[in-house]
Amino acid sequence: MSDLSEVRSAGVIPASAAGVRDYVEILKPRVMSLVVFTGLVGLVVAPGHLHPLLAAVAVLCIAIGAGAAGAINMWYDRDIDALMRRTAGRPLPAGRMMPGEALGFGTVLGVASVLMMGLAVNYVAAALLAITIGFYVFVYTIWLKRRTPQNIVIGGAAGAFPPMIGWAAVTGDVGLPAIILFAIIFFWTPPHFWALSLYRAGEYAAAGVPMLPVVAGRRETKQQMLLYTLVLWPVALAPWLLGIAGALYAAGAALLSVAFTGSAILVWLDTTDRSARRMFAFSLLYLFLIFSLLLVDHTCGAGV
Amino acid sequence: MTVVRQEGDRERTIRARNRALVAVLVALVALFYAITIVRMGG
Repeated sequence: MSDLSEVRSAGVIPASAAGVRDYVEILKPRVMSLVVFTGLVGLVVAPGHLHPLLAAVAVLCIAIGAGAAGAINMWYDRDIDALMRRTAGRPLPAGRMMPGEALGFGTVLGVASVLMMGLAVNYVAAALLAITIGFYVFVYTIWLKRRTPQNIVIGGAAGAFPPMIGWAAVTGDVGLPAIILFAIIFFWTPPHFWALSLYRAGEYAAAGVPMLPVVAGRRETKQQMLLYTLVLWPVALAPWLLGIAGALYAAGAALLSVAFTGSAILVWLDTTDRSARRMFAFSLLYLFLIFSLLLVDHTCGAGV
Repeated sequence: MTVVRQEGDRERTIRARNRALVAVLVALVALFYAITIVRMGG
């Protein structure tokens, strides 16, 4: 037995059992994939040129920054994560990682991503990335999440920043198109999260998180979801209305918006959780396709 | 026996973590070098 092992066996050093997989898991890779994709679209559709390596660094920084915010979120929410089936298996509530490790890992990654963005790309993109991480950690996680059913409405802004960061990485500023890309994700977030919270309401209630179905009931939540999908119509079509995207995007966005509102109507009519589960899955597809359309439209030469 | 096995698993986990950390650090060195070349060239 090595010296270190003896010291550990004696309980002097509380050695962590966290493996590489746990460190990857606390970065919320599934959330990160959508963040990276929307950030990449913002970067591609922005006018101007950015060296491919610096563009890759910008996307990497967005990914690392999002992961850092996710890790700090998991550190702060470890108590309520342990109470919900969906999150109980995460490294912290499952006891595979110590809280300090997650906080340290998230903080180091967050600072590193902002510094690297500032040094390699530009300071506007770095500032936006810092605001995104700060908004997700302090405004959403610490301030809003446990206090108000509007938590994901306001907190959703954090998830809406990535395309704006991508845009700023190329242009060095924040233009109207970047604000529209932000708005699409901002208004998409409430119906997306409330669909999830409809069929996880029991878990959120047990954990004391005031999600809308827990506080205002299922009927009110379904009504709000439907309203947000309607508000999303002009927002999703705004890139075409303002001449940022072409007819291909407009046709696709209109069809997707009809389908999204249709799924909200099905949720409204359904007394079970089935439609809510379907709407949650479709909402992910909706956002992915909207941004894919922007990308295709731009590549075809109809965009900015 | 179980304690020894747990200790062995832990050692393996820490070793894998250290290897991943070395890989990340090497990748960062290469990345910063490449960024410097691109920025100086621009």
